[in-house]
Amino acid sequence: MSSRDEILRRLRAAAPPPEALPETRGLAAPYADRVAQFETAVAAVAGTAVRVADGPALADGVAALAARLGAKRIASAVPDAGPGNVALEALRDPHELEGVDLAVLPGVFGVAENGAVWVAGASLHDRAVFVVTQHLALVLPAGELVNDMHEACARVAALPRGYGLFIAGPSKTADIEQALVIGAHGARSCAVFLVG
Amino acid sequence: MSDSLPVLRSDGRGHADRAAAFLRDEPHAHWHDQAVWFVRAKRDRAASAVPEWERLREVASRIKAHTQARLADYLEEFERKATAAGATVHWARDADEHNAIVHRILSERGVTRLVKSKSMLTEECHLNPYLEARGIEVTDTDLGERIVQLAKEPPSHIVMPAIHKKKEEIGDLFHEKLGTPEGLSDPTRLTEAARAHLRERFMAAQAGLTGVNFAVAETGGFVVCTNEGNADMGTSLPPIHVACMGVEKIIPRLEDLAVFLRLLARSATGQPCTSYTTHFLGPMRGGELHIVVVDNGRSALLAREQYRRALHCIRCAACMNTCPVYRRSGGYSYTYTIPGPIGIVLATARGVDGHASLPFASSLCGSCDDVCPVKIPLHEEILTGRRDLAERGLQPMSKRLGMRLAALVLRVKLLYLAAGATARFLGRNLPRGVLYARWNPWGRQRELPPMPRETFRQLYRKERRPRV
Repeated sequence: MSSRDEILRRLRAAAPPPEALPETRGLAAPYADRVAQFETAVAAVAGTAVRVADGPALADGVAALAARLGAKRIASAVPDAGPGNVALEALRDPHELEGVDLAVLPGVFGVAENGAVWVAGASLHDRAVFVVTQHLALVLPAGELVNDMHEACARVAALPRGYGLFIAGPSKTADIEQALVIGAHGARSCAVFLVG
Repeated sequence: MSDSLPVLRSDGRGHADRAAAFLRDEPHAHWHDQAVWFVRAKRDRAASAVPEWERLREVASRIKAHTQARLADYLEEFERKATAAGATVHWARDADEHNAIVHRILSERGVTRLVKSKSMLTEECHLNPYLEARGIEVTDTDLGERIVQLAKEPPSHIVMPAIHKKKEEIGDLFHEKLGTPEGLSDPTRLTEAARAHLRERFMAAQAGLTGVNFAVAETGGFVVCTNEGNADMGTSLPPIHVACMGVEKIIPRLEDLAVFLRLLARSATGQPCTSYTTHFLGPMRGGELHIVVVDNGRSALLAREQYRRALHCIRCAACMNTCPVYRRSGGYSYTYTIPGPIGIVLATARGVDGHASLPFASSLCGSCDDVCPVKIPLHEEILTGRRDLAERGLQPMSKRLGMRLAALVLRVKLLYLAAGATARFLGRNLPRGVLYARWNPWGRQRELPPMPRETFRQLYRKERRPRV
């Protein structure tokens, strides 16, 4: 018998009596002000939420961010935020992303509960871009906020299936004496632009 | 083939002896206690900020109970969908087969440099030494794991592997291994040095290995949670991704995932969620994805009714952070890969050989049950472990004789009365040196209570006497 069949046989033989799968809807109450809660949550995970009115204001905001960070090599997958000077589609190998100072990437929706932003893999030419870049800017329509992870996972279930991730603030660690340090392996900062 | 695990540090010493060694450095032990308690306090703040916390725990526990009854069905569904998305699924009965599969995947592709993110399963299987012995350089990339790897130690905690180390000690280690300036102990600068060092490893790696936090049957995808982004780095630069998961990591639906994600980071570190919560479905552009599904004793655990709820565990470590024994004895006092209350249960449920001291590394206070996000009745399962030991005659002779004596005394009224009188008399009259001599291990760290002149029965009779 193959290992696969042997394991499945053992698990079936050992299975406890059936139990109903519980309902997960209605567990959390919605927030009164989703945008304000999202901004608070982004700050709590060490990110920065920035509200901008429209496309041109977004481009200005990203330019100001790049200037403040001293970012020279900028990759953008958000047309309204400006083109940047690293063409993501032209990269043949993800290792070429090393040295990108700022990546501007589209978020699909944000989660008010915890400040996380869902990023769809299909919008990244290389998966590595969000983690190899030194700094990260995520761009989100202000109307695309869900209350909590229950709504968030329902949203993900309704999207086309594929690789994707929640990003909540910059990379961090507290592995040395519990001291919070920002910028462990991935982005050293994470700005979330809410447009509109 | 080994269904039971190899003993991690089989020097024959039990938890109490190792704990005594840990406690010899009293200031360090106190610091450890405080450091771990700090995480427990963060968890409390995060949990109390969620009004529906108790309902979430209840629902999470019921999802796990439902899934356990249908593990095989959900694994088949997961395999089907993961395969359709381009992954290759492998199955391993035990640690040996797991290690052989991972090695075969890597060696067939000429991989000699592997970066790993945290996986307690690969610790359980002792994968690193297996691969290193076969010429593969393994770099643990979680900062805490890299610290203990450089120090040639196993993790002492499952979420914070280097929680037992002070920053000065890490500074010395980094000075020796990474060339940081002597005496540097600032966590920010040490982390920066590790970032540069590990980025080189990420750039040079030919394959990345991760654990799995949750595998979703409905999608065929799996989720890996990190704060550092090391799992993402290791799976997006090198083209080969190997993900290792125990059979119990499966959950039915994406909506179930929401429940667990809300509980996991809050229970582990007090965060509302980890920085990166990545849903892997299919390989990266031009790459390969291999998923290794491992039993290694889990089906045997599932068959044991009194222990099976330990398979609910999502490895948040809240039970060790709250445990008065873990905090005051450190992860290395346990004889199993996973320390703390859940480690005691997992070790003894698989067979107590080499772990006979573990069920006693608990005060049975039940604090672990109260913080467990998936409601594992930990202290009851630890108690079951003690019962199993007794039934197999694996208790130390002193305890066995003591218990037999107690059983006799408690059965025979005259003996009971005589023993009480004798103990009261001796307790009052024996010199301290005799009372606290070697025969009394209980008194080594404790003071006996003052012996009363009257028994409870005498007092009771006096009180019941009609008053005039």
